[in-house]
Amino acid sequence: MHEQRSGTVVKINSNMVVARVEAPVVQNEVAFIEHAGERLKAEVIRVRASLVEMQVFEDTRGLRLGEKVVFTDELLSVELGPGLLGQIFDGLQNPLPQLAEKFGFFLKRGEYLEALPDQAQWEFAPLAKAGDTVRAGSKLGTVPEKIFKHAIMAPFDLSGTWEVERISPFGRYDLKTPVARLKNAEGKQRDVFLQQSWPVKIPIKAYAEKLRPSKTLVTKMRLIDSLFPVALGGTYCIPGPFGAGKTVLQQLTSRHADVDVVIIAACGERAGEVVETLKTFPTLTDPRTGKPLSDRTVIICNTSSMPVAARESSVYTAVTIAEYYRQMGLNVLLLADSTSRWAQAMREMSGRLEEIPGEEAFPAYLESRIASFYERAGLVRLNDGSTGSVTIGGTVSPAGGNFEEPVTQATLKVVGAFHGLSRSRSDARRYPAIDPLISWSKYPSFISAGQKERGHQVLRKSNDVSQMMKVIGEEGTSLADYIDYLKGEFFDSVYLQQNAFDPVDEATGQERQEYLFAFIHEILDADLAFGDKPEALQFFQKLRQLFRSWNSAAWKSKEFAALEEEIGLLVEKKRGPEKEKAHA
Amino acid sequence: MHKVYTKIVQIAGDVITVEAEGIGYLDIAEVQTRRGMSLAQVIRIDGARVSLQVFAGSKGISTGDKVRFLGHPMRVASGDNLLGRIFNGSGLPLDKGPALTENLVDIGGPSVNPVRRVVPGKMIRTGIPMIDVFNSLVESQKLPIFSIAGEPYNELLARIAVQAEVDYIILGGMGLKHDDYLFFRDTLEEAGALSRSIFFIHTAADPTVECLLVPDISLAVAEHFALNGKRVLVLLTDMTNFADSLKEIAITMEQVPSNRGYPGDLYSQLASRYEKAVDFDTAGSITILAVTTMPGDDVTHPVPDNTGYITEGQFYLKNAVIEPFGSLSRLKQQVNGKTRSDHRTIMDTMIQLFADYRETLEKQAMGFQMSAWDNKLLQYGKRFENEMMSLKVNIPLEKALDRGWEILADCFAPEETGIKKALIEQYWPKTR
Repeated sequence: MHEQRSGTVVKINSNMVVARVEAPVVQNEVAFIEHAGERLKAEVIRVRASLVEMQVFEDTRGLRLGEKVVFTDELLSVELGPGLLGQIFDGLQNPLPQLAEKFGFFLKRGEYLEALPDQAQWEFAPLAKAGDTVRAGSKLGTVPEKIFKHAIMAPFDLSGTWEVERISPFGRYDLKTPVARLKNAEGKQRDVFLQQSWPVKIPIKAYAEKLRPSKTLVTKMRLIDSLFPVALGGTYCIPGPFGAGKTVLQQLTSRHADVDVVIIAACGERAGEVVETLKTFPTLTDPRTGKPLSDRTVIICNTSSMPVAARESSVYTAVTIAEYYRQMGLNVLLLADSTSRWAQAMREMSGRLEEIPGEEAFPAYLESRIASFYERAGLVRLNDGSTGSVTIGGTVSPAGGNFEEPVTQATLKVVGAFHGLSRSRSDARRYPAIDPLISWSKYPSFISAGQKERGHQVLRKSNDVSQMMKVIGEEGTSLADYIDYLKGEFFDSVYLQQNAFDPVDEATGQERQEYLFAFIHEILDADLAFGDKPEALQFFQKLRQLFRSWNSAAWKSKEFAALEEEIGLLVEKKRGPEKEKAHA
Repeated sequence: MHKVYTKIVQIAGDVITVEAEGIGYLDIAEVQTRRGMSLAQVIRIDGARVSLQVFAGSKGISTGDKVRFLGHPMRVASGDNLLGRIFNGSGLPLDKGPALTENLVDIGGPSVNPVRRVVPGKMIRTGIPMIDVFNSLVESQKLPIFSIAGEPYNELLARIAVQAEVDYIILGGMGLKHDDYLFFRDTLEEAGALSRSIFFIHTAADPTVECLLVPDISLAVAEHFALNGKRVLVLLTDMTNFADSLKEIAITMEQVPSNRGYPGDLYSQLASRYEKAVDFDTAGSITILAVTTMPGDDVTHPVPDNTGYITEGQFYLKNAVIEPFGSLSRLKQQVNGKTRSDHRTIMDTMIQLFADYRETLEKQAMGFQMSAWDNKLLQYGKRFENEMMSLKVNIPLEKALDRGWEILADCFAPEETGIKKALIEQYWPKTR
């Protein structure tokens, strides 16, 4: 298949174009439609005899029947190599700042720039030496990239073991100069460059084994880490109606999460939000490294008015880049906002292909596509024994805020944690608006199981009493029940809720969470004695106020200690007689 | 010079199919019928069969009528000559002025590169306290007004248009009642704003397809001004009619419907219009205010629901006031810290107390006894409704903030408001 294969356009229906081709075609290969000097990128998605149906990644206005379609024999791929960090790409890995430099305010269709500039020079330090045996993904050398030593790895598609025939000495090389040559037992030779490309829809599997995610990924959100934790290499989803704070939650996570690299896939959402991220990240400091946050971030941005088909590819581009950094033994967090838009892109295309629709007109393969996407997350042991992980967190935007819709349901089947946002919590300004009564997580927290369960119990009981009080009024509620209700409200307001505008409260590290949880657990379990309801209410209001100040006090500061003492005294005064005895 | 085709092989709904060759996707054609000439747009090409949506509707089209393809997509004239003019959805004059053909720009052009946008930060003052104080409108924001039929949403739009400090106003009317159109015209004329306004009007009596063009035409013209450094406010009313037209065409084209008959790409269709709202890094801006009527006051209906996911908040118009709960300006934090030092505090405090007032109202309705605090809240709530919420109130932001302090001081003791001491000392009215 080395001769150029081409066909002609016979049908145009929005971004679905059909070409007639006599030569063989490859499913999912990239094709270019040549239109008046423009070359529009498309992907083969269905073949019917000599008719090839393609999704076009660009606006198709003006396309004509009979225009030439050239097939490339390559699957839709991304370039992987040094220079990805800090960059902003569209769904097809076009660097947006460079596009802006060249074409001004507007995106120009049919223009594709190199994701990584070929002529950029990188300082290569070899790790392997001639005669070494290597396999796919083996580290051959490193180049410094922002905050990391970026590993240069043997191509991921090698099969079996290969021998290093030659490797370049320490020095500066560009992306198109081979830095090593490998050969295998059959004598086949292969050059290695600082950069390699990989088809986005195929997972990179150059590792020894996939492990069970067991270590908590610290997001520094108390509600998530303590009660509904995410594991390194795990998956989670955040469904919620509009206005419940999905995007703010993702932004906070992208800033504070304790990982090495963050990939943000802004998929079919508002451009304004991406702009905020890309303008503020270079100015924010990553506390782990002291460098700008943008140094550990890659943004893949295909906002809602950009071409729909590229929306679908943007999540795959993002996860492929995530897998690439994982191969270096790093912990990578991929935040996809929002997977519903990706699912809708599939629905649009499915409709144009006139496939038989499933529920709410989503295609029948919706579930398997969602499942295989989330399955690309994972904690892996690499061939050199080190581990790396890709954690995927996706938001879901269910129609009407109703979780009983296909995308939410398909996602819930495959993720390890569910952070359900509720309108009522966000209306009550209880942020983050993750509803603790409906959310769940299968991953372990650093809070002990017993303490965690007690936390859930307190919240459930409090909710039960609160529901009851709506019917029978405060007067009809027993004092014991009322105290349980107040305990739950207290726990919610001082621990679960976090003030994103407070520089201390917006992020709570693991150590502080453990300390705080144990402290609160003690209060929740304490036998507190009150004469009447107003006294109890007053006590908890006072406690809440003190705790909020405590949450704003820097960890282990003087103020922190002073407030802790004050809270301790307040609680001690209200302890019931039995506990007093026990303490004595 | 353009080839004329006469073989119309299918007429279904407002879509005709003609056999033709060498036609570009989304190209415009002229259809010559016994009722006159209408523009039409290519929406599907399948071999020799070219389907076009006819803007004037298909009524009276004969299978032998002439279709002349113009060889380019839909364009609209732009520039200062349009100011003060009124056009229909196809860009033809509705006033007595001449047709315009200068500075033609393509409609529905490419999207803006996100890196060339700036973070919005300039407030648009409207003189409506529920907007200025509680949910500030920000330049380049896209904000719908969610409302049920019968609410005074057009009055609200017209007021904002007249009072907003912008360079130009573009009104896109979709399925507008004729008297509403006259109302807009007269209101803007009285306020002397007509000379800096442009109207693109599709009335309820006009053909459905023409409705589809209104947002694109309005935004293409706005974009042209914005690129030349102007601050443009685009008013669209009502986007639900636009969505219904999309639905109609989609069904005619036998597309699989997704939710309540709407096409699966409703989100993308709405987003590609709303996302035209922009603040260019070295030029002007486009701000979009759009009315979305909610059938049955149901915010989960596909149109308001998809809109809510796209826009940066919403104003919720109910019982002729902007309801503080449910209304949200996502961008308000970008501006309300830069106005006056008490702005955010007044905003938060008054809303919290108003929420308490609503709870007290419920308690009252259920027959519970009113405490002294409840009575204070009742007094406060009434004042808030009459002196802040009512759309009759028309005062600048600073006056509204002062009024807020007055209402608080009349109803409560300073410590009952929970406002920080420093602000109390600075702003609490002294005479009481």
